[in-house]
Amino acid sequence: MTSEAITHGGAMNPEGDGWVTPDGRHIGPVVLEVKNITLRFGGVTAIKDISFDIREGEIRAIIGPNGAGKSSMLNVISGFYHPQEGEIWFRGQKRPPMKPFQVARQGIARTFQNIALFKGMSVLDNIMTGRITLMRSTMAEEALWWGRAEREELAHREAVEKIIDFLEIQHIRRTPVSRLPYGLQKRVELARALAAEPKLLLLDEPMAGMNVEEKEDMSRFILDVNDEFGTTIVLIEHDMGVVMDLSDRVVVMDYGKKIGDGPPDEVRNDPQVIAAYLGVSHE
Amino acid sequence: MPDQFYFALEVALNGLLTGIMYALVALGFVLIYKSSEIFNYAQGVMALFAALTLVGLQSGQVPFAELINAIFGTHLSHFGWRLPPLVAIVLTAVVMVLFAILVERLILRHLVGQEPIILFMATIGLAYFLEGFGDLMWGSEIKKLDIGLPQGLSETVESLTDRWFGYGLFIDRLDIAAAAVAGILVTVLTLFSQYTKQGRALRAVADDHQAALSVGISLRFIWVLVWSIAGFIALVAGVMWGAKSGVQFSLSLIALKALPVLMLGGFTSIPGAIVGGLIIGVGEKLFEFWVGPLIGGATENWFAYVLALVFLVFRPQGLFGEKIIERV
Amino acid sequence: MFYREAGDFKTSYREDMQTFPIRLDRRAYWTIVALAFLVAPFVVNDYWTNAVLLPFLVWATAALGLNLLTGYCGQVSLGTGGFMAVGAFAAYKLMTAFPGMNIVFVVLLAGVVTAGVGLLFGLPSLRIKGFYLAVATLAAQFFFVWLFNKVPWFYNYSASGQITAPERTIFGILVTGPSAAPAAKYLFTLTILFGLAWLARNLTRGKTGRSWMAIRDMDIAAEIIGVDPLKAKLSAFAVSSFFVGVAGALFFTVYLGSAEVTEAFGIDKSFLVLFMIIIGGLGSILGSFLGAALLVLLPVFLKNVMVDILHWETYIAAHLELMIVGGLIIFFLIYEPHGLAQLWRLAKEKLRLWPFPY
Repeated sequence: MTSEAITHGGAMNPEGDGWVTPDGRHIGPVVLEVKNITLRFGGVTAIKDISFDIREGEIRAIIGPNGAGKSSMLNVISGFYHPQEGEIWFRGQKRPPMKPFQVARQGIARTFQNIALFKGMSVLDNIMTGRITLMRSTMAEEALWWGRAEREELAHREAVEKIIDFLEIQHIRRTPVSRLPYGLQKRVELARALAAEPKLLLLDEPMAGMNVEEKEDMSRFILDVNDEFGTTIVLIEHDMGVVMDLSDRVVVMDYGKKIGDGPPDEVRNDPQVIAAYLGVSHE
Repeated sequence: MPDQFYFALEVALNGLLTGIMYALVALGFVLIYKSSEIFNYAQGVMALFAALTLVGLQSGQVPFAELINAIFGTHLSHFGWRLPPLVAIVLTAVVMVLFAILVERLILRHLVGQEPIILFMATIGLAYFLEGFGDLMWGSEIKKLDIGLPQGLSETVESLTDRWFGYGLFIDRLDIAAAAVAGILVTVLTLFSQYTKQGRALRAVADDHQAALSVGISLRFIWVLVWSIAGFIALVAGVMWGAKSGVQFSLSLIALKALPVLMLGGFTSIPGAIVGGLIIGVGEKLFEFWVGPLIGGATENWFAYVLALVFLVFRPQGLFGEKIIERV
Repeated sequence: MFYREAGDFKTSYREDMQTFPIRLDRRAYWTIVALAFLVAPFVVNDYWTNAVLLPFLVWATAALGLNLLTGYCGQVSLGTGGFMAVGAFAAYKLMTAFPGMNIVFVVLLAGVVTAGVGLLFGLPSLRIKGFYLAVATLAAQFFFVWLFNKVPWFYNYSASGQITAPERTIFGILVTGPSAAPAAKYLFTLTILFGLAWLARNLTRGKTGRSWMAIRDMDIAAEIIGVDPLKAKLSAFAVSSFFVGVAGALFFTVYLGSAEVTEAFGIDKSFLVLFMIIIGGLGSILGSFLGAALLVLLPVFLKNVMVDILHWETYIAAHLELMIVGGLIIFFLIYEPHGLAQLWRLAKEKLRLWPFPY
C-alpha cells in the first residue's frame, strides 16, 4: 500500500484520506487546497493559475528558481496578498477573503525569508507574542493584572518554556533578539511560529544562509516538529538535498507557474523541472 | 453677485501667491528628503535664522552682544556700520553653507542608516537648538527687514483689472515679487537637478544610496550640498516672509505650513510640492473666506492639516507619490 | 558588589515575571514610594512643591502616556498638547456642569473623553505610517487649540477666554483652586500618577504590551503572526490619550488653576513631552519619569544659576535652555537612543561587577 500510495497520492487522488509513509508517519486528508490562484501586481503576474493541496501531517515543499513566486504563494496562503483569481479551501471550507491576523487565528503560522523578529524584544517576549492568537484575557483584566490575565500569562509562559527546551535555546531566553547570531535568530523565529500551536506551519527558506551544521540542526527540528506535534508543514527551500530528505511531496514553480508536483524522486527526474533549474541546452 | 465672484477670485489669487511661497518652503523639504530621507523639521527655523542673520549683518549688529554684555558687563550692541543689502545677502548665504557643513559634521554623519523617524526627531532637536542659538546671537525682538523690496498694493493690477472686469483686484506688490522670486527659484532648482553633474548625483543618491556610493558619489558632499540649497531656500523664504511681517519667531512656523503641503504632494515629488503648495494656499484662503465666518474664523491654522489628513486616508502616498507595494 | 542578583533564585514563573525580579530593585522601589508619599509632602517647602514636584508629576503622567503610544507602539504623536487641552477642557466642563462630582471622577472622566478623541485621531494610523502619521497628529494639535479658542461653549462664554478651576475637595481637603495647600495638590497628583503607572506596567507586561511592541518593531510580521493591527494601534491611541487627558486635566485643575488654551497647550507642549520620552528612554516606564524629571529640573536649574547667581537676564537663560534641550535631544539620539533609562541599566551593570570588572 505504502509505496503505491506515494506515487499515486496527492493531486491524483484528491478524494483519498491519506496513506502511511515508509518511516511510519500518517498522512491524512487534505487540509488546505489552493485552486487556480492568479496574483498580479499591476502588469506583473507573480502567480499564474496555480493549484495544489496540502495534506494533514505531511511536509510539503515548494521549490523553484528565484522570482518563481514561491514567497508570494506563502503570502497568499497567509492572507497578506489577495489573489485576483482563485480560491483557497481550508479544512473543507472555502475561505472568504481574510486579513492576515484572521488567517493566523485559524491556526496557520509562519516564518519569513528575511528574519522578521521583533528586534526590540527579548527572545522570551518574541515567542510569547507567537501565542497571541491563543490569549483570551481582555484589556481591562490585563490593566488590573487580575484573575485571568495573570493565570493566562503563567500558563502560556509554561507552554513557551517547553518550546524553548524543545529548540534548545534556554540560554538566550532573556537576550534581545537583535544581539543573536543569524542561525539562532532563525531558530527563535521557528519557536515563535511553533508557540502558536499551528495546524499548518509555513516555513519560508528556514535554512537560507546557514552553514551545514546549522542546516542539520534545523532539519532535525523540522522533522521533530512534524513527528512530535503532527504539524503539517509547507516549506520553501533552495537546498535540493534538504528538500529530498525532508519532504513528502514537492511543488515546483517557475515564472509563477506550476511545472511539477509529486514525490521528491519523481519531481527530481522530471525533464521540465531539470530544465528550469539547470537550463535547457538548445543545439 | 459678480462682485462676490471677483472678491472670491481676489481671495483665490492671494491664496495662489501665498501658495507659491508654501511651495518654495516645501521644495526645501523635498530636496533634503529625496537625498537623505530626512524630514527636516528645522527648515522653518532655518528661514528665521537666515532672516535674523541677514538683518543682523545688514545693520551691523554685534553677534552674541547680550551674552557678552552679561558676562563681561560691557554695553555692546552695534558696530556702527550698515552693509549694502547685496553684500549682506551673500554673507548670509555663506553662513548658511557653514551651517550645512556643521550639520553634516556634527549630526548627519552620526545618524547614517537610522530610521527616518529618528532623523526627524533629531531635526526637531536641531530646530530648538538653532532657535535658541539665533535668538542668542541676534536677539529675539521683532526686527524690520528692509532690502528694498516693493511694498504696498499694486496699482497696476488694480487699474488693469478694473479696466478689464470693472472690478479692481487688490494684490500686494510684495506678494507678486515673492511669487516671482519663488517661481524663478523653483525653475532654477529643477534645471539644476536635471542638467548639472551635481544635480544628477543628487538624483542618483535619491534613487539608491548604496548604488550611488558604489559609483563614487560622495554622500557627505551631497548632504552638504542639499543642506546648503535648503539654506538658500530658507534665506529666500525668510527674506520674503520677513519683509512682509517682520523677522520674529512666527516666521519659523512656515515650516508647519509646508508639512501638509508635503503630505498632499508626496514627500519625494518636486511637482507634488508645487501643486500641493498651490492647492493649500488657495484652499485655506477660500475655506476661510466661505466657511470661516460661520465657525469663528482663523481656520488657516488647521485647515491645511485636516485637508491633508483626510486626503492621506484615501491616498496614503500623496498626490504624486508612488504606490508602495509592501513586502515581507 | 553593592548591587547584585546572585543568590536571588526564582522557583516559579510568577516570581520570575514580577516587575522587579531583583530584590535590591524591589527594596529601592518601595523606599522611593514610601519617601514620595510619607516624607516628601511634609519636608519639601511650598516653593519646591509648586515649582518642581507638581509639574514633574503632571509631565510624568503625560510622558508615560506618550511613551505607551510612541515608545511601545511606535506611533509618533505630535498632538500631545492638543490632547492635554481636551483633558483640561473636559475637566472644566465636567466641574462646572456637575459641581457635586468628585474631583477624582472628574479627572478620570476627562481621561476617558480624551481617550475617545484619541481613538478618533488614531484612525488614520491604520492607513499612514511613520512621520506621515506624526505630521497628521499635528492636525489634532492645531484643531483643538483653535476649537477651544473659537467656540465659547467650551470656556463657558467667559470674557477672557480663560478657564478657571473651581475649588474641589477630597475628604474635606482642598486640592484645587488658589487656596489649596501645595502638599495636598502634590499627594492628590502623586496618587493618580502612582495608579496610572501601575496600570501602564500591567498593560505593557502582557498580551497588549507585546502586541504594541510587535507593531512597533515590524508591523507586517506582527499582523501575519496574529496581531490585529486595528486593535493594537487603536488601543494604544486610546490608552495613551487617556493618560495624556488625565495629565491635561491635572495640569489645568491642580497645577495651573486657570488656563488659556493657546498659551497652556501649544505645540511646544507636544514637543516637550516628546523630548521627555526621547531623553528618558523610548519604551521604558522608568524613562518617562527620568525624562520628565530632567526637563522639569533643567529650566529651574538654569534659572537658579544664570538669573539668581550670575544675575543674567531671564531671556538669555531661556535662549540657552532652548539650545541645551535641542542639543540634548540630538546627543541622546546619536549616542544613547534608549535614553536615561538605558544609562541607568548600564550603570547597574557596572555596579554589579564593581570593583572586579572581570
